[in-house]
Amino acid sequence: MNLKAWSACLLGAASLLAATAAHAQSPLKIGFIATLSGPAGALGQDQYDAFMMVVEANGGKLGGVPVQILKEDDQLKPDVGVQILQKLIEREKVSLFTGFTFSNVLMAQSKPLADAGVFAIVSNAGPAPLAGAACNPNFYFTSWQNDMQSEGMGKYGTDQGYKKVYTLAPNYQAGKDAVAGFKRYYKGEIVDEVYTTLNQPDYSAEISQIAAKKPDAIYVFYPGGMGVNFIKQYKQAGLLGKIPLLSTSTADGSTLPALKETALGVVSGTFWGPDSTNPVSVKFVADFEKKFNRIPSQYAAQSYDAALLLDRAIAQVKGNIADKNAFRAAIRKADFKSLRGPFTFNNNGYPIENIFAFEVAKDAKGRVSLKTIAQPLTAHRDAYSDKCPIKP
Amino acid sequence: MSIELLIVQLLNGLQYGVLLFLLAAGLTLVFGIMNFVNLAHGSLYMMGAYFAAWAYNNPIFGIQGSFILAAIVGIGGSIILGIVVERLVLFTLYERDHLDQVLATFGLILVFNEVARFIWGPSSYYMEVPEKLSGSINLLGIDYPAYRFMIIGVGLLVALGMFLLIQKTRIGMLIRAGASNATMVGALGINIKLLNTLLFGLGTGLAGVAGLMAGPILSVQPGMGEPILIVTLVVIVTGGIGSIRGAFFAALIVGVIDTIGRVFLPILLTTMVEKSLAQAAGPATASMLIYLLMAVVLAFKPQGLFPVKHG
Repeated sequence: MNLKAWSACLLGAASLLAATAAHAQSPLKIGFIATLSGPAGALGQDQYDAFMMVVEANGGKLGGVPVQILKEDDQLKPDVGVQILQKLIEREKVSLFTGFTFSNVLMAQSKPLADAGVFAIVSNAGPAPLAGAACNPNFYFTSWQNDMQSEGMGKYGTDQGYKKVYTLAPNYQAGKDAVAGFKRYYKGEIVDEVYTTLNQPDYSAEISQIAAKKPDAIYVFYPGGMGVNFIKQYKQAGLLGKIPLLSTSTADGSTLPALKETALGVVSGTFWGPDSTNPVSVKFVADFEKKFNRIPSQYAAQSYDAALLLDRAIAQVKGNIADKNAFRAAIRKADFKSLRGPFTFNNNGYPIENIFAFEVAKDAKGRVSLKTIAQPLTAHRDAYSDKCPIKP
Repeated sequence: MSIELLIVQLLNGLQYGVLLFLLAAGLTLVFGIMNFVNLAHGSLYMMGAYFAAWAYNNPIFGIQGSFILAAIVGIGGSIILGIVVERLVLFTLYERDHLDQVLATFGLILVFNEVARFIWGPSSYYMEVPEKLSGSINLLGIDYPAYRFMIIGVGLLVALGMFLLIQKTRIGMLIRAGASNATMVGALGINIKLLNTLLFGLGTGLAGVAGLMAGPILSVQPGMGEPILIVTLVVIVTGGIGSIRGAFFAALIVGVIDTIGRVFLPILLTTMVEKSLAQAAGPATASMLIYLLMAVVLAFKPQGLFPVKHG
C-alpha cells in the first residue's frame, strides 16, 4: 500500500468516525406544545421555564442524551394545536411531546397523537375521556385528572363540617366537571349550583345572591382572569373572611401575582404547594426563585416533574426512545424523585397522589403564597380509571 | 325573594348600566355625529384601565397608590391617546364607507391588545380600590360595596355633565348642529375638523373614565374591551345612534335587564323545568335577553328608543 492510498484510507476512516460522532451528537427532539400567549399564557410559560430549568441544569441533556426542545404556542386554539402537532410529527419527526396546557386543546390533539403512536408527557391538562375509555398507553400525566382537585375540596368541605355550600363555575365543560368532582366528595347540602357565562367579568349579581343565602361556605372554579375578578369582588362585598371561599384553579400561581393581599384567606385545593418540605421540592423552589425571581406555581411544579420523569426514563433506554416498549416501560415505572415524594402512575397514566388544601397566606419572606392546611385525600385515584381498558 | 335582595340587584344593574353609559356616550357621539364606526372604542377603555392601574402601581413624582393620580393619568392618557389615534389614523377614514372603518378599527383592536401584552404582560394587572371606599355599606341588611356606589355616583354626574354640555353650551350647540348637517356647519365657518377631534377626545376620555372605574373591580388584561364593546353597541343601537339621552336610558335598561335576568331567570326556570336543565339553560338564556330587547326595540322603533332628528 503506497502512501497516497494509505492516507486516503485514513481520511475516509476519519470522516466516517466524524460522521458517527456527529450522528451520536444529533440531539433527541422533544416537542413542547403549550399555551404561551393570551391571558392564560402565564401557565404555559411556567411549564416551559420549569422544564428548561432541568434541561439547562443537565447541560442541555436529559438522561445523559443531548435534547433539542422545539417550543410551540397553541394559542389556546384546538385547531392551531393540531396544526403545530402535525408539523412537528411530520416535518421534524418528533416522537416525544410534553407541555399541554388546556384540556380542550389536548382533546383535539389526542387523535393525531394516538394515530402517530408518539409519546405525550402531559404536564397540565387532565380531561376525563383520556382517563377513562379513551385512555392511551403512550399518554402520561404529571399533573392530575381535572376532577381530582375539586374532589379534594369536596372532601375538605365535608371534613370542615360545612352543612350548606353554594357552588359557582363558568358554564362550560371544565366548570361542570369541577362542580361534579366537588359534589362527589362533599356530603352536605348544595344550596345552589350557579353557572355563569364563560369569561363573564362582573359577578356582583351572583355575589349578592350568596350574601342573601348565607351558606356555610362557597366552592368556585374560576381559572385565570375570571378568578381575579371573582375574588376581588367577593372581597369588596365584604364576604371574604365571613363565608369561606373554597376553590380550585382560581387562586394559584397564575392569579396570585395580580391578587396579592386581596386573596388572603382563600382556600385552594391541589396536589402540591411551594411550602412542601420534600427535599426535591425545596431545591426546585429555591432554584426557580433564584432564576426567575417569582414563586413557582403548581404548573411549574408539574412540568418540573415531567422533566425529571423524562430524565430517568431516557437514561434507562440510553436515549433509544425508538424502542417504544422499553421506553413505555421506563416511563410507567416512574422511578424518579418527584417533588411530591413517591410517585406512581395509575393504569390510565394519571398519577395516584395526595390532594392538599392550601390557604392563601404570607410566607416567611412576607410574600403572598399558598400554605398547606390539610390533606383531605391520600393516594387518591381519579374516578374514571376503572373505565380504562389498560391493565396496570 | 325578598325586597331587599331585589333592591340590591337593581343597584348592581344600575352600576353596570352607568358603566355602559360611560362607554356608550362616547361611541354614540362618534358614530352618530361623525358617522364613524369606531370598534377600537373598547380598546381605549382597556388602555384607560391600564394607564390608571400603571399610575396606581408605580411612583410618579414620589406618589404611589393615589386614586386621584390614577384618575388623572387614566383619563388624561386616554384622551391624549384618542386624539393621537384620531389625527394619525382615523381622520383619513371619515370619507370612506363603513366597511373600511370597521376593518381599520378592528386592526387597531389587535394592535392595542398586542401593545398592552407587550408592555404589561399577558397576565392580569392589578389595581386596588381606594382605601376610603374599600369597605361596604350595609343596606337593608345586605352589604353593598361602597366603591360600587361611587361608580353609580360618577356615572350619574357624567350624565348630568353631558346633558349640560350638549344642551346649554356653545360647543354643545355646534355638536348638535354638526349632527344635523356637518357641511352646513363647515360652510358657516366653523372648524369642523377641530370639532371632530374634540368630540373624539371627549369620547375616548369617557372611555378612560369607564376604564378607571372598572380597574379596581375587574382584572385589567389584554382583550378586556371587546366583550363590553359588544354590549355597548347593543346599547347605542337600542337607544338610537347619536343620542346621548338614548344612550343613557338604554344603558340603564340593558344593565338592569342583564343583571336581573342573570339572577332570576335560572330561578324562574327551575320552577318550570328540571333543575339540571334549568342550570344549563338559565345562564345561556339570560345572556340572550339584551339581544332580544334590541330585536324587539328595532322591530317597533327601527331608529331606536330616542332617535335623533336629522335635516
